[in-house]
Amino acid sequence: MRVLSCSDADMYEQCSVSPFAIGFSTVASPPRRKDSIKVMHPPTSNTTTFNWAFFWLCSLLLSSLVWFITVQISNKDSSSQQKGLLIFGVVLSVLLQETFRFGYYKLLKKANEGLLMLSSEETMPISIQQLAYVSGLGFGFMSGAFSVVNILADSVGPGTIGIHGDSQHYFLSSAFMTMAIILLHMFWGVVFFDACEKQLWWSLAVVVSSHLLVSCLTFQNPQYVGSLVPTYIIMFLMGLWAFVCAGGSLRNLKFCLTCKDKDFLLAHHRPR
Amino acid sequence: MKDNCICVLMVCCVCNTPLHGLDFFVFLCFSDVNSNSVAQKIYVEVNNTVPCVRLLNATHQIGCQSSISGDTGVIHVLESEADLEWPLTKGPNPPYMILLESHLFTRSIMMKIKKESSRIAGVTVVVPNTSPSEFSPHTTCPNENTGVYSDTYGPHLAHCNTTVWNPLGNGLSYEEFDFPVFSLKEDKQCYYDHNRVVNGSAPQYPLCAMQLFSHMFAVTDTATCMRRNDVINFSINPEMVCDPLGDFNVWGSIRPYNRSQLGHRDNESVVMAAARLDSRAFFWDVSTGAEGSISGFVTLLAAAHALRDVTQVAPPTHNILFAFFQGEAFDYIGSSRMVYDMQNGKFVIDLDNVHSLLEIGQVKRLVDNFQSSATGANFSLVEPGVSQPLPPSSLQRFLRAQNIPGIVLADHRAAFNNKYYESYYDNADNLNLRYPPNMTAEEQLEFLTDTAMALTEVATVVARALYKQAGGDGTQVDNIKADSKTVTQMLFGFLVQANNSWFQALIPPELKDMLSDPPDFYVGVASSSPAKAKPLTRLVQFLLANLTGTATNLTQDQCQKPDDLPDESVQMYSYLWVQGTVPHNGTEKGPFCVRASVRLSQALSPAFDLGEYASRNYSTWTESRWKFIKARIFLVASRDLEMLTLGVGVAVLFSSLLVTYFISTKADVLFSSAREPASAAY
Repeated sequence: MRVLSCSDADMYEQCSVSPFAIGFSTVASPPRRKDSIKVMHPPTSNTTTFNWAFFWLCSLLLSSLVWFITVQISNKDSSSQQKGLLIFGVVLSVLLQETFRFGYYKLLKKANEGLLMLSSEETMPISIQQLAYVSGLGFGFMSGAFSVVNILADSVGPGTIGIHGDSQHYFLSSAFMTMAIILLHMFWGVVFFDACEKQLWWSLAVVVSSHLLVSCLTFQNPQYVGSLVPTYIIMFLMGLWAFVCAGGSLRNLKFCLTCKDKDFLLAHHRPR
Repeated sequence: MKDNCICVLMVCCVCNTPLHGLDFFVFLCFSDVNSNSVAQKIYVEVNNTVPCVRLLNATHQIGCQSSISGDTGVIHVLESEADLEWPLTKGPNPPYMILLESHLFTRSIMMKIKKESSRIAGVTVVVPNTSPSEFSPHTTCPNENTGVYSDTYGPHLAHCNTTVWNPLGNGLSYEEFDFPVFSLKEDKQCYYDHNRVVNGSAPQYPLCAMQLFSHMFAVTDTATCMRRNDVINFSINPEMVCDPLGDFNVWGSIRPYNRSQLGHRDNESVVMAAARLDSRAFFWDVSTGAEGSISGFVTLLAAAHALRDVTQVAPPTHNILFAFFQGEAFDYIGSSRMVYDMQNGKFVIDLDNVHSLLEIGQVKRLVDNFQSSATGANFSLVEPGVSQPLPPSSLQRFLRAQNIPGIVLADHRAAFNNKYYESYYDNADNLNLRYPPNMTAEEQLEFLTDTAMALTEVATVVARALYKQAGGDGTQVDNIKADSKTVTQMLFGFLVQANNSWFQALIPPELKDMLSDPPDFYVGVASSSPAKAKPLTRLVQFLLANLTGTATNLTQDQCQKPDDLPDESVQMYSYLWVQGTVPHNGTEKGPFCVRASVRLSQALSPAFDLGEYASRNYSTWTESRWKFIKARIFLVASRDLEMLTLGVGVAVLFSSLLVTYFISTKADVLFSSAREPASAAY
């Protein structure tokens, strides 16, 4: 499971891989009683990621279908109408994605309860935060892939954007935007699932509205500063929120950074 | 430009709108919706490009070549020869793509560029509107190795030792360039916006660049590429690398010959009249050859037309055979083939049957002499002394095989009068073909130009000479007159607009789309069947058939299968179903069947049939194959920006690796406050 965050695409197809999930297999191993369940984890997490990617694709397909139909029946010559349709399409897509996310949450909960009944464990084989993280990751991966592969394909070649007067920083900006969106999806996933667990509907509303905000910010392009800077601010805020939802705190962070984590673990009789 | 297509699941294409709603993409499978694909933002395709292609012969390769993935260079518009310093030595952003105005397309500039070709990606020449005062990219001594003069026969006359035929020739067509050279209709807006050199300082990035694709498959010489053709044919995907040049000769005669009887005919003595059809230029497929070849074969066609009636009424003693040779610009492909066929009994007559040969060469200046005289009376024909060699002509190939009496009719005593021999500029203007302003195409077709009237005079003289040479009745000579209307229509069709009503009337209905403008006279690669001959060749075939043949009453079915009828024979004549003219009262076109003794004979150099690809006796010209030829313009970014972007990417990669490692190893601690309630809840 890898998240592709590609910056630079002029002549080199360099994708900086930020493998937040390379360490996932170590993260996803809380205390076990039976070895068989330990073996089960990587497939579950893998499956979850790709299942979620598929769900995201379905939501995209549905929203594209709606947009496509509306474009066909609309007046193709009127540019204001087309722009309006685009905005409508964006909003619809965002709402559909969040709906699918919620639907998937429900599905996962049911699946996990079933899994729990089958096994003789008392605790869930995989915690809901981990599920949220993996779901967000799959979502982000798919979204990132769709964002960037097209642009990458055309960036292979000797030319760069600009002959018609567009900004030269198109590739760089789209790469950074993609990275932000992928991370955002991850954070949204964590916060969303957490909010659903704890029935905090206002958190849900904030997630959906921030998603809408970020998508609509891209209408600022080609003023890339106008779209990138707010997006990154929102990303950092969401990141902090997700960190807190996942169980982090300033205290824990201080322990880690000052290398007192071992002492912390020993004190709480917790094996690493 | 290629679409941005990702095929995911069952969906065909994704077209990216420019960052509008990165979350949101449209699945489209066709391009009629306005999709701003990224490629369209980057590249501007250049249309109507004319490349210079690679040709090979027994010893050399000539022409131009690009690398397999195209050659990219920063555009530099050359203002003068001194300006060459910038791209060749001083400029800081090599490689350069030099853009030349046509008056700067000279040998000295091209040779300088060729020497420093490591810094040059290619050359583009702007298509000119007016002709320079003189320009000939051909050699000074055309076809010097395949004529009749050689080191063993008339060595003082060989290799232009006595007369240099084309003194204005700069030989560019026969040079080898390892960079692409294109001819484009270029606008220099991109250059002026981005690449101007101001006060000697380098222009800033991003710079305007052009990429040219014209990768040629064949290398070294004909023997190598034909050998590779043979090898490749054994592989799973046979792909040829080169093709021999050639086409078909058109020939016709006053009295028909049975085409199944080949070789020597007893007691047959034929007067031949010959002209060449083709010409060439530096760039591929854009040659016209108005003075070089059109003036000659139009005159011969008019002479053949003039002889039609009188030879019915008072047939001459000898037969007259009209031959139009293709491929003469490339070491006499057509005439050497006909001579070879005659020598080997593969033609309806052989060399012993040839009584004499009259060839019509470049006859434009005979026109000039005519125009200077007011009444339009006869002009004078002068024979130069025996110390003067024959100019490059098909007659030389006949003389190489056998001593045959012959004449070449030309407007130059020594060197050519043609200032644009075998170049793009040998066009209608060179023949002084002028029409009054504000005329429609149909009116121009019918208008009698001075050039046409003069060429008519020449045609009349030629026809009378042929008739007398063939032993015709002396009293009938004055009745032979060429038709100036036919001549002017032919000149209009070949030089101005081929798709006109008169040409359309002469060709079959299924070929009516064959007439494309502008007409081009490059011989091209040989094809195996006469149905695939070049449009020009077929047009001359139908012209000759209509001008020398007779219209019959046969229906279309009978025209396809005339052997069913008692009087008709496909062995003696060819039967062509043509569209016919529109009568002046505007009723339907009347197609009819023309019966003429006009045939096509293959014009492929004997070297290819014999397998002698390194032959010194025959033409060995081949044309390389290529995959695609195109040009596009775009901006290029500076190397520094590219390296910076790469560096940023790598830095993000490593920092994210570090952060992930950090988080994953400390995960238990970092997320500990959530674990206790989580493990208790489930």
